[in-house]
Amino acid sequence: MAEFRLPKNSRIGKGRHFAAPEGAKNVKVFRVYRWNPDDGSNPSVDRFEIDLDDCGPMVLDAVIKIKNEIDPTLTFRRSCREGICGSCAMNIDGTNTLACTQPISEIKGEVRINPLPHMPVVKDLVPDLTHFYAQYATIKPWIRTQSTTPPDRERLQSKEDRAKLDGLYECILCACCSTSCPSYWWNGERYLGPAVLLQAYRWLADSRDEATGERLDALDDPFRLYRCHTIMNCAKTCPKGLNPAKAIAEIKKMLMVRRGV
Amino acid sequence: METIHADVVIVGAGGAGLRAAIAIAETDPSLEIALISKVYPMRSHTCAAEGGAAGVKGADDSLEMHFNDTVSGGDWLCDQEVVEYFVSQASRELIQLEHWGCPWSREDDGSVAVRPFGGMKKKRTWYAADKSGFHILHTLFQTSLQFPSIKRYDEYFALDLLHKDGKCRGVVAMEMRSGRFFAYHAPAVIMASGGAGQVFPFTTNGAVKTGDGMAMAYRAGIPLKDMEFVQYHPTGLPGTGILLTEGCRGEGGILVNKNGYRYLQDYGMGPETPIGSPVLKTMELGPRDRLSQAFWHEQKKGNTVETPWGHSVLLDMRHLGEKKINERLPLVRELASSYVGHDPVKEPVPVRPVIHFMMGGIDTNLNGETQMPGLFAIGETACSGLHGANRLGSNSLTDLLVSGKRSADRASAYAKETGRSEDNPTLRAQAEDIVGNVRGLLQRSGGGETTAGVRREMRDSLESGAGIYRDEKGAQATCDKVAELHERFQGIEVNDKSNVFNTDLQQLLELRNLLDVAETVAEGSLQRRESRGAHQRLDFVGRDDENFLKHSLAFREPKGRPRIEWLDVTITRSQPGVRDYSGGKDK
Repeated sequence: MAEFRLPKNSRIGKGRHFAAPEGAKNVKVFRVYRWNPDDGSNPSVDRFEIDLDDCGPMVLDAVIKIKNEIDPTLTFRRSCREGICGSCAMNIDGTNTLACTQPISEIKGEVRINPLPHMPVVKDLVPDLTHFYAQYATIKPWIRTQSTTPPDRERLQSKEDRAKLDGLYECILCACCSTSCPSYWWNGERYLGPAVLLQAYRWLADSRDEATGERLDALDDPFRLYRCHTIMNCAKTCPKGLNPAKAIAEIKKMLMVRRGV
Repeated sequence: METIHADVVIVGAGGAGLRAAIAIAETDPSLEIALISKVYPMRSHTCAAEGGAAGVKGADDSLEMHFNDTVSGGDWLCDQEVVEYFVSQASRELIQLEHWGCPWSREDDGSVAVRPFGGMKKKRTWYAADKSGFHILHTLFQTSLQFPSIKRYDEYFALDLLHKDGKCRGVVAMEMRSGRFFAYHAPAVIMASGGAGQVFPFTTNGAVKTGDGMAMAYRAGIPLKDMEFVQYHPTGLPGTGILLTEGCRGEGGILVNKNGYRYLQDYGMGPETPIGSPVLKTMELGPRDRLSQAFWHEQKKGNTVETPWGHSVLLDMRHLGEKKINERLPLVRELASSYVGHDPVKEPVPVRPVIHFMMGGIDTNLNGETQMPGLFAIGETACSGLHGANRLGSNSLTDLLVSGKRSADRASAYAKETGRSEDNPTLRAQAEDIVGNVRGLLQRSGGGETTAGVRREMRDSLESGAGIYRDEKGAQATCDKVAELHERFQGIEVNDKSNVFNTDLQQLLELRNLLDVAETVAEGSLQRRESRGAHQRLDFVGRDDENFLKHSLAFREPKGRPRIEWLDVTITRSQPGVRDYSGGKDK
């Protein structure tokens, strides 16, 4: 039977409200998803009023301020705060991005913060990425060669060949793209998703790797690769400005060429 | 509490921990490795290293020169047999990374590209654009995935060491996701948990760098060595402290004060070099300690620029041009544009010194062995004596590899020799104590202190008493303050009482580690009454080789402040001399 509402235990309730300190002139409201599996309650959305005159410029600054000064129980991952470690990926104002590189000033109105969509939630803004990481391991994301490497020096690679990794090797595996992809939402168990496929192409594009055939064999599958329907949410959301959909298209092209089409 | 048996436990899965794990797995696949990390490996802070890794490459370079640059850069506090071994292995390890697929930048002939770095006489910094650490970390992580003997425990927070009869026997950790505790029993434990930049308020270091391994070893009775030597990187973004790599200057970027004057020539690093043609070991390519100290003097003279984020000088890279900046320094462009709104292609970027690296750490020898048999330490969390009083830029990424490999070989040999430990009541009781202590922290209530509040006071105090310049009064005040904060730590209540992913509890435990590290930094700053490398005393100007050509060792005292002992520096062939960064006279 069709169900038009979320199941009872998934409905999002009204959360708590934390008012700005007195005298705050530049107040912005942050609406933050909360869920703690330990307390048996439904998820809720807390409203925090933050004085932006006393806060760093990025969304992560506000989230850290909330934890330090208002509610120490707020739970999220973070580390480098400069967009390179990939820890603080979350859904901000409807878009998956890194909280540390998202300026608060670019968001109109209230700032809505949710965990990455369509992943099991561990607690508050912490999603369970176990499956995502396991999928990454399945593509054997390490160099595979047959020829022996020179014993006492590096392999040579032309600047042009090295440049073929541009736009691929910057991926920080934050999972923003995969968790923005409707196809991944639907078939995430079997579809590898944009991030992992971009990583797969990174090795196909590397002039030093010699396992192209095996890599393509492993990808040539209606689910693993071909659930990409060029929806392009991945490219739109990538906080590093990469284009996973293009990488996926390149894999498809390689398969076509191999088939002699 | 569940017990997990392994042959080697590695705490930390950044560059050093992964390198060690791979070395063990490669040499003996029968050894079971438990790799514990409080974050997923590729979130480790190695990923934020930008500039590159040093290893002799060019025909005009030599191990001798790399040795000399490292030892004079370290103001002769380096243990020279460690430096000799390090320079001899550096390039081998960097080539190994290439064989594992590291996407190094390339020269026209297809070989790996090298760039100049501060304090180095020759170009020998191997780089992958300006994300060298990121690519090294990812390459190591990817390589590690091939080995079934490496069992990872991601998002497990290590709490304390297990030891019996003076020997290390394992570690206790908490699984973040469940709040469950695990006792890891192993004959060998390798600490690879990174530095402790978070003891300071303004640092390039990510939030995870809380000195956990240092504090665990310290609590187990192992001394921390040379903790007063904390490196300021001269070019951090004001406000956030985000790093702009030394590669900016290696590629030709210049530093000017508010008058557009290249002030470094006034601090023994001149004569001025032509713009766009950097000269090695001169001006902007002087060592980090000297450059950071020059900033302090410029600020005193009123020559710094006022920005919304405080006093700064300007890093001008405009003459490099958009093409070169995009190719060699893409991350720098991205960071400067997003965090201070200055595009380096179009305008100079405000920068200032920022806490970057701990030269000090767990006292080890060349093999990564500590004073406790079975306990090893590598990477930033260790102090083997490689970096001395000031680390040269791009030596630390290489150190992760060299120390990781060497220590792994020793640890596997030791583990095989010693054999697995049987479950025994002493270790069980110890593990229960460790867990009981954490439960106690979780459950206590009242006290009125907060983690964030005590942490902030600690950081401010460290900056004022153990910053770029120090003196007796300031250092003493910081020692007293940290002691006071240790007391007040008892009054912090954990608000989050749940078992699942309890970051409130984790931050409290990290604060405990930070306070332990902080007291050793403060005590060392107080007791080293000379100026050397990154440790500069206003009241003891100049190096004092007669009394302080020695490592400091900070031992934990059950009550009160740490006890400092002194250890001779190993000198094999380079006697202390003058550090010369003036216009290539050092030929």
